[in-house]
Amino acid sequence: MKKLSLVVGIVLVSIVVAMALVSLVWTPFDPTRVVPAEALQKPSRRHIMGTDGFGIDIFSRILAGSRIVMLVGVIAVGIAAVLGTPLGMFAGMVKGWSGTLVQRATDILFAFPALLLAILLAAAVGGSTTTGMVAIGIATIPVFARLARAGTLQVMSQDYVLAARSAGTPWLSVARRHVWPNIAPLIGVQASVSFGMAILAEASLSYLGLATPPTVPTWGRMLFDAQKFLFNAPNLTVWPALAIALAVLGFNVLGDGLRDHLDPRLREVS
Amino acid sequence: MGRWRVIGSRLATFVVSLLAASLLIFLALNLLPGDVAQAILGTNADPDALAALREQLGLNRPAVVRYLDWLGHVLIGDFGDSALTGRSVLGLIAPKLAITGWLVTLGMAVAVLVAVPVGMYAAFARRRWSGFAVSALSQVGMSVPAFLAGILLVLLFSVHLQWFPANGYTSLSTDPVGWAEHMVLPVIALAIVQSSVLVRYVRSAFIEVLGEDYFRTARAVGWPVRAALLRHGLRNAGLSVVTVLGLQLATLFVGAIVVESVFAIPGLGTLLLNAVLQRDLVLVQGIVMVLVMLVLLINAIVDIAYVLLDPRLRSREDGDAA
Repeated sequence: MKKLSLVVGIVLVSIVVAMALVSLVWTPFDPTRVVPAEALQKPSRRHIMGTDGFGIDIFSRILAGSRIVMLVGVIAVGIAAVLGTPLGMFAGMVKGWSGTLVQRATDILFAFPALLLAILLAAAVGGSTTTGMVAIGIATIPVFARLARAGTLQVMSQDYVLAARSAGTPWLSVARRHVWPNIAPLIGVQASVSFGMAILAEASLSYLGLATPPTVPTWGRMLFDAQKFLFNAPNLTVWPALAIALAVLGFNVLGDGLRDHLDPRLREVS
Repeated sequence: MGRWRVIGSRLATFVVSLLAASLLIFLALNLLPGDVAQAILGTNADPDALAALREQLGLNRPAVVRYLDWLGHVLIGDFGDSALTGRSVLGLIAPKLAITGWLVTLGMAVAVLVAVPVGMYAAFARRRWSGFAVSALSQVGMSVPAFLAGILLVLLFSVHLQWFPANGYTSLSTDPVGWAEHMVLPVIALAIVQSSVLVRYVRSAFIEVLGEDYFRTARAVGWPVRAALLRHGLRNAGLSVVTVLGLQLATLFVGAIVVESVFAIPGLGTLLLNAVLQRDLVLVQGIVMVLVMLVLLINAIVDIAYVLLDPRLRSREDGDAA
C-alpha cells in the first residue's frame, strides 16, 4: 500500500510535467484564439474535451495551463526552499539571540497565508504571475525554515557532530558535511508537498483574477469562466477541476510516498 | 517555570508579532510603487493635483512618521477612512466581519465534528482497508481548493438536485431560514478542505496514543478499546489537535475570502477584493491588519488555553510551589 503512494505520485506528476513540455511545442489548437462560432461544443473528434464559452479548444487550454502550474510551482518552491532552508539551519545551529530572532521572524510570517500575501502584493503593485509566485514563495519560507531547524537540532545532538565540533571543524563545514546531507531528504519531501500547495494557491489566485492575467490560459481562470455556464454547460467545469485536483494530488501523494520510502521507521508504524 | 510566566511570555510574543505584522503590511503597501493619491486620481493625473493631494493626505511625510501615525490610530481603534468612499474603515469592516465570522466559525465547527471521529477511526483501523480508504479520501479532499469544492457543490446541489441556492446571501436577522439555506454550501465547501487536513492530524495523534504506555496499561487492565481511547486518547490527542486548529485558522479565513467570491457572499473577502481592484489602499491595509490581528489573537488565546489545560504544566507549577 505504501509503494502505491509513490507509484501514483510519480505517474501523476510525470503526466503534468509531460503536458507542460508538450504544450511548449504543440497544442491541438491555439489556446488563446477566440472562435465565437464554435462556442460551447460537446466533446468530439475535433475537440476531444469540447470548447468553452469563447470557442477555445478546452484540451489546448488545459495543456497550456500546465505551463503556469509548473512555472509557479518551481519558482515559488524554489524561493521558499532556497531562503527557508539556510535560515532554519542557521536557527538550529546557532544558539543565542540571532537563532531565536530567525525563528520568531518565521513564526510571524506564518500568520500570513500565501493568498493574503498575494492579495497584499496585488493591491500594492497590481497582480501578475510574478507577484503570485513571489507571494506564494515568501509565504512558504516558514515551512522550510521550521523543518530545517527541527532536522538540524536533531543532527546537532549526535555524537559525531559533537566530535567534529570539538575537533575544531568550522560551522560552515559542519553544515555542509553533516547537517545538509541529513536533512536534504526531509527538504525534498517538503518540496513535493509545497509544490502541491503552490498549485492550489495559484489556482485560487487566477480564479480571483489577482495573479496571471485572464488572457493567459490557467486552470483557475478556466473555472472562473466555466462558472457562468454551470447551468447549461456543466462539463466545462469538469476538465479544469480534474486537472487541478489530480496535479495537487500527484505532488501530495509523491511527498507522502517519498517520506515513507525514506523513513523506514514510519513504514513500520503506519 | 510557572504557568503565569509562560502565559506572560506568550502575551509578549503576541504583542511583538502584532507589531512586526503591522510593519510588514505597512511596508508592502507604502514602499512599493503606486500610492493612494495616484489611486484616487488615476494614472493620467495632473502632477500638480497629485502633489496637492499628497500634501493633503500627509503622504509627503517620512515613511517612519506615517507608520507611527497609522499604528497610533490603530491602537485606539481608528483604522482610517476609505480613500475612495471617505467612510471609516472600521465601519465598513464590522458588518462584513460578522458574515465572514459565521462562515469561518461554522466551517471550523463542521470540520472538527467530522474530522475527530473519522480521524480516530482511521487511526484505529490503520492496518485495514477501510482505514486506508479514509486516508486516501483525505488526500483527495486536501487536493481540492475551497473554491473548487464550492463550484462542485453548486453543480451537484444547485444545478442537479436543486436543494440549495447557487449563490447570494440574506441576513440572519430578517430571514433565518433563507440565511441557513445560503450558508449550507459555502460552509461545507470550507469544511471539506479543512476536515481533510484535520483528519490527518487526528489520525497521527491517535496512532501515537495507541503506542503509549498509559494506553497499553489501560487495555491490559481490561478497558475496552473504545473507552480507553475516549478516556485517555481524546484528552492527550486533543491538545495537539487544538494547536493545529489555531494554525489552520489563517488558512480558513483565506479560504472564506475565495469561497465568498464563488457564492457572491458580501463578506470581508468580497470587501477586500473590491478594495484591491479599486486600489483603495487604506481599506486594504485596514482589512488585512484586522484579519492578521484576529489570527494572532486567537492563536495567542489557544496557546494560553493550552498552558491552562495541560496537566503537565500544572503539576510542574505545583512542584515549584512545594
